[in-house]
Amino acid sequence: MSTLVGIAPGRRRKDRLMRGVLAATTLIALVPLALILYELIKRGIGSWSADFFTTDANGNFLGDPGGIKSAILGTLEMVGLATLIAVPTGIGVALYLTEYGRAGRFGSLVRYFVDVMTGVPSIVFGLFVYITLVLSGAGGSGFAGWKGAVALALLMLPIVTRSAEVVLLLVPDSLREAALALGAPRWRVVLRIVLPTALPGLVTGSLLAIARGAGETAPLLFTAAIINGTSFDLSQRMSSLPGRIFADVGQAQDRLVDRAWGAALTLVMMILVLNLLARLVSRRSRLT
Amino acid sequence: MTQSTTRKARPMPTVPTGAPAARMPRERPKPDAAIGRRVIVDDLDAHYGPQHAVRGLSLEFAPNEVTAIIGPSGCGKSTLVRCINRMHEEVPGARATGSVRLDDIEIYDPSIDVVSVRRTVGMVFQKPNPFPTMSVFDNVAAGLRLTGARGGNLREKVERSLRGAGLWDEVRDRLDQPGIGLSGGQQQRLCIARTLATEPEVILMDEPCSALDPIATLKVEELIEELKQRYTIVIVTHNMQQAARVADRTAFMLTGELVEMDLTEKIFTTPGDTRTEEYVTGKFG
Amino acid sequence: MEAGSLTDPRGSRSGLGRLPLTQLQDRALRWVLKGLAALILALIAFFFIRLYIEAQPAFAKFGVFGFTFTNNWDVSRNFYGALPLLVGTIVTAGLALAIGVPVAVGAALFVSELAPRQVRGPLTIMVELLAAVPSVVYGLWGVFVLIPKLQPIEQFLSDKLAFLPFVGGHVPGPNYFIAGLILAIMIVPIVSAITREVIATVPADHKEAALALGATRWEMIRMAVLPYSRSGITGAAMLGLGRAIGETIAVTLVIGNAPTIGKQIFDQGYTLAAVIANEFGEAANNPTHRAALIAAGLVLFVLTLVVNGLARWLVRRAERGKVAAPVADIQANAAAAGG
Repeated sequence: MSTLVGIAPGRRRKDRLMRGVLAATTLIALVPLALILYELIKRGIGSWSADFFTTDANGNFLGDPGGIKSAILGTLEMVGLATLIAVPTGIGVALYLTEYGRAGRFGSLVRYFVDVMTGVPSIVFGLFVYITLVLSGAGGSGFAGWKGAVALALLMLPIVTRSAEVVLLLVPDSLREAALALGAPRWRVVLRIVLPTALPGLVTGSLLAIARGAGETAPLLFTAAIINGTSFDLSQRMSSLPGRIFADVGQAQDRLVDRAWGAALTLVMMILVLNLLARLVSRRSRLT
Repeated sequence: MTQSTTRKARPMPTVPTGAPAARMPRERPKPDAAIGRRVIVDDLDAHYGPQHAVRGLSLEFAPNEVTAIIGPSGCGKSTLVRCINRMHEEVPGARATGSVRLDDIEIYDPSIDVVSVRRTVGMVFQKPNPFPTMSVFDNVAAGLRLTGARGGNLREKVERSLRGAGLWDEVRDRLDQPGIGLSGGQQQRLCIARTLATEPEVILMDEPCSALDPIATLKVEELIEELKQRYTIVIVTHNMQQAARVADRTAFMLTGELVEMDLTEKIFTTPGDTRTEEYVTGKFG
Repeated sequence: MEAGSLTDPRGSRSGLGRLPLTQLQDRALRWVLKGLAALILALIAFFFIRLYIEAQPAFAKFGVFGFTFTNNWDVSRNFYGALPLLVGTIVTAGLALAIGVPVAVGAALFVSELAPRQVRGPLTIMVELLAAVPSVVYGLWGVFVLIPKLQPIEQFLSDKLAFLPFVGGHVPGPNYFIAGLILAIMIVPIVSAITREVIATVPADHKEAALALGATRWEMIRMAVLPYSRSGITGAAMLGLGRAIGETIAVTLVIGNAPTIGKQIFDQGYTLAAVIANEFGEAANNPTHRAALIAAGLVLFVLTLVVNGLARWLVRRAERGKVAAPVADIQANAAAAGG
């Protein structure tokens, strides 16, 4: 009876070992996630209460420091404004790149600069806006919510553009050509055919950009600043969830730290919901 | 000598129960006058998910012979061949049942290491696929390095394989240049050398010449003629003239089943089954 | 009829008499979009110039080289040499790479090559969720959970391994190492995502060739997957580096903000990004201080430009001549994951 040529046992061992190592690295990658979520829930949920969401930070160091109402509102307003600026602009630039600028030097230049923007640290965007809008005293006052929104918009823009470009490129050219061959003007092809086909993907990309913008602190530090009290006015200083957390972490006071955890849990929940929405929307896309 | 074979009920071969203990821990050297293994396929079924690609197929590949498998696209010939070196199961959702034996060793036996099987049954693919980041030398040495060969021993074996593939004279001066720098035909012979280096006993070739020009094809066919003296060779081909040129025996497959298998001459001149005759005379496929 | 072809950027030239109105509308769309794109370019150029102008006072006072490489950041004396910041940036980013890249690449390999098909999706989503946690939350967690829990271990290691260079001495809570560790966690999603895309472009041909030669799974990865993906993975690592260099909030909360060059990895330190976030409040009325901070921002900006440029070039090179995954996909993932 014959036998097959054997395998050195060392090879089998090494294979098993490396499989184990790779599995371990995956676990290691996920452990911090589990830990953070656990701590967030454990330490944050205790702060959640009706008061927490309906009162403002009042700057008290002792006693009740107040809740995060204005922080939430501030984030909603600033991120909302940033979205209004960044999403149409971003999609517009992406449209230029896919409909007119696929080849050609101008298109490549734009693409390159958008690429560059994705790598810029968020605090540098804050600096940009600080120098051009705050120092110069544009719009009257120094710090203002809308200026923070502009900084966020700058951050979100390249994200929207890059993902929009990918999605728009997925729209088959045959669709465009068929419409053009029927005599449709290009603007109509874009509006009626390209955009609607790409819509779920565009929404997904925008949602992810919004999730990113909502979590950013650095661009707001010296544009919108961080305040206590209620503020709805975008032309004044404005609070934000990340800003509130940042300010509270720096204080060595238990109740402020508790508030920070509660705010952090709120913020992470918001972002997770946005991510979930993005995923659900992208399932409805016929392109990906 | 097998006659026209269709589904034949055969008793399941007994699993060699002593195999694990008897298996040797080291790679054994190959005698020069080599005898390839006989490959016995018995009632093989292969699926890709719900798709039934090979149906209850039984045949034998005789040692030191070239057997060609012909048939129209999608008839399952590539799948059959990939079941012999257990590459079929690498496709997600794919499975195979039945028996494939090399002489008396059941390769689907759970105690057999699939890595062993693949060393014993070598494969040459349709599209030449030398490792792009490796030199000519490293490509041939790739399989050898897995088993710990090194130094002078390694160089010897590489040279031997390249000679065996008829490529040595053409590449001896550029052994350290990238493998993908060679021409298509040379790349394919490089892949053959790479396969030969691990001293298999069966060589499977899945349409090895379909990506090559006629001259390169001729060279590979000459090579096959030489190689059969030392190995068992199975070649899948859609080119009937090629089968007629190189194969001792030919098997004709249709929709996953074996229709007929016989001496090549007989298949092409006086086939037993009408479907074979229609295919061979070009009525379809 | 020559409708506007996709390759002709000049739009349609009329064949059978297009209405002048639609031509106008087409032109309008084109110019609006082009204007938008040009605006972005102009904006970036403008920002860069303004940044430089505002940083000028600091460069004038200390010289560009002097500012960047002098080891003395002294606010009280209004003297600003950014070397401690530069060193801190490089050390923490280096630590982040050393810890984060092997983990990320390992996870990417596992998910792509070894994990059973059903768990691939969920695992991928979970690794990407790491990117959804905002920087300030990482900082919060770092300050109140990681630092206290790791401090005794770090002290133990610092004592036991004191014979190694850069190790030994008292371990304060916040330090280079913790900052590097948190940065490592933060760059895992982006490095992993891009690595995954890169290894997905390895042609099945080569993997099959390796397996058919009788390679084990790990040997196949080593023979066919890793060599092919080398430059792509390096690019992914560099994109992670770019991210680590620019990260501000998490770092400033856990590095101790000490404007000195620490002697060991468990010392406190400072980074370019952290100093801007930390000192901007007090610099509001001190023009030199403010200029110095903006100059630090400029140095940071240039650093990230260089690193990211190199990274993108590497990833693009890994894509050249391959048919799969357009670079745009990878870049878009990078952008969305926070690159």
